[in-house]
Amino acid sequence: MAVSYVPATFEEAVRIRRETGAVPVAGGTDLMVRYRSPAGTLPDFPWPVMFISGLKEMKGLFLEGAELVIKAGTELAVIEHSEIVHPVLREAVRQMAAPALRNLGTLSGNICNASPAGDAVCVLYALGAEVELTSSSRMRRMPIEHFITGPGRTVLKDDELMTAVRIPLHSDSASFYRKVGTRKANALSKLSCTGFITVTENRIVDMRLALGAVGPMVVRSAELESQCIGMDLNQFSNFKPDLRKQYAELVTPIDDQRSTAEYRKETTLNLIDEFFMLIEKELS
Amino acid sequence: MQQITFILNGEKQVVSADPSSRLLDILRDTLGLTAVKEGCGEGECGACSVLKDGKLVNSCIVPMGSVDGAEITTLEGLRDTAEGENIISAYADSGAVQCGFCTPGMVMAAAALLRENPEPDEQEIREALSGNLCRCTGYNLLVKGVTLASERGKEKGIWQ
Ligand SMILES: Cc1cc2nc3c(=O)[nH]c(=O)nc-3n(C[C@H](O)[C@H](O)[C@H](O)COP(=O)(O)OP(=O)(O)OC[C@H]3O[C@@H](n4cnc5c(N)ncnc54)[C@H](O)[C@@H]3O)c2cc1C
Ligand code: FES
Ligand code: FES
Repeated sequence: MAVSYVPATFEEAVRIRRETGAVPVAGGTDLMVRYRSPAGTLPDFPWPVMFISGLKEMKGLFLEGAELVIKAGTELAVIEHSEIVHPVLREAVRQMAAPALRNLGTLSGNICNASPAGDAVCVLYALGAEVELTSSSRMRRMPIEHFITGPGRTVLKDDELMTAVRIPLHSDSASFYRKVGTRKANALSKLSCTGFITVTENRIVDMRLALGAVGPMVVRSAELESQCIGMDLNQFSNFKPDLRKQYAELVTPIDDQRSTAEYRKETTLNLIDEFFMLIEKELS
Repeated sequence: MQQITFILNGEKQVVSADPSSRLLDILRDTLGLTAVKEGCGEGECGACSVLKDGKLVNSCIVPMGSVDGAEITTLEGLRDTAEGENIISAYADSGAVQCGFCTPGMVMAAAALLRENPEPDEQEIREALSGNLCRCTGYNLLVKGVTLASERGKEKGIWQ
């Protein structure tokens, strides 16, 4: 039976983390399901755990300079209902699971899972979010794509907790979010697509595209995006077939029970086409 | 084992439990509140729904370590109140109760919705019940039930 802790303060939590390496349980919507055992028995956690959902210091969201700061333990439902959150992130969260799940699940849980199918994660890639990691002796921050290194893998150290997600305020001319999934209440997405486009004087000044659940990790290509900068409608339309091909190469779906690889790839390319049409509309 | 203190249906409770144990098991086995049901045990069916600090949650995935200091409401705490009676009778009058297994969860989901939004439209009702499965009724009767609870609740001034 795993040892478990219920820290009363954040300070106590980082101390327990340093001394024991106990794994944090936030909403528990992933961990309690993954390690569930028969009714009436304790979950089968393979390591010591600590329950952090009661820590008020880890909840809340606010604007700070040019950033939106979402504290790591903020529940998904709070993000969904907050007017200072980018509409696309709100929409992605609103489409996750069902209301009761969103009252429990947290943003940090969605990120630290490091699942390529984490719905908030895909949008956070597109928004250029950074995560803040805190231990009893130091704090560091890094872009989300440096934090997640593979399916289920992150650079979180044994003595650290994620404390916040920092999202640069982003204004776009148009945005795009599609999630293709099975039954809403119980599925992680089969795939999702987040796009932002900013146009000034009929030229692209910013283009971002993040693809979720299309491979082992969320896909975003700074290189392909930067090639679009400065293009007008004509240039973009000529470049489009080639760009589509290059994105197709980045899409390497795994064949799991949720959907076949072939279907995923096809559908992803359809979503990309839809986003490209939006870009052309913005440019004309 | 640890002492965990919380408010259950308006009264202070202190239970001795492993913080990893599920709220669902403590409610049913330790405290004898059997309105909460275990359907799937993994957050997908809503049969175990309770309110935690006024919000709908699945008690099958809530560890007791998250309950310390919280306020929990189960159907037992709601059914004799005007709010609870209103929802239960509206479901019954709409034919939304058949085997009854999902009903406690459906009542909690409706209560959570109507507290925040006393006059929901159909879309909002469907969304609010989207985490609660019913194998018997088909969801239209449940939507009808919540609509009726909303109308009657307004007449009775339940949410004022
Ligand atoms: C029925 C059901 C439906 C679901 N539907 C969706 C869906 O549609 N889309 C989707 O993306 N996900 C979905 N999920 C998955 C899950 O609900 C989300 O990923 C949620 O955001 C997880 O948050 P949590 O706080 O509950 O995570 P937890 O289970 O508490 O933790 C998950 C991981 O994050 C780590 N962690 C949490 N907080 C911190 C922190 N502050 N610092 C360091 N590590 C931390 C934990 O140690 C653990 O490894 C679903 C789950 C269920 C059960
Ligand atoms: S038993 Fe909890 S959601 Fe099904
Ligand atoms: S009445 Fe039987 S499951 Fe809903």
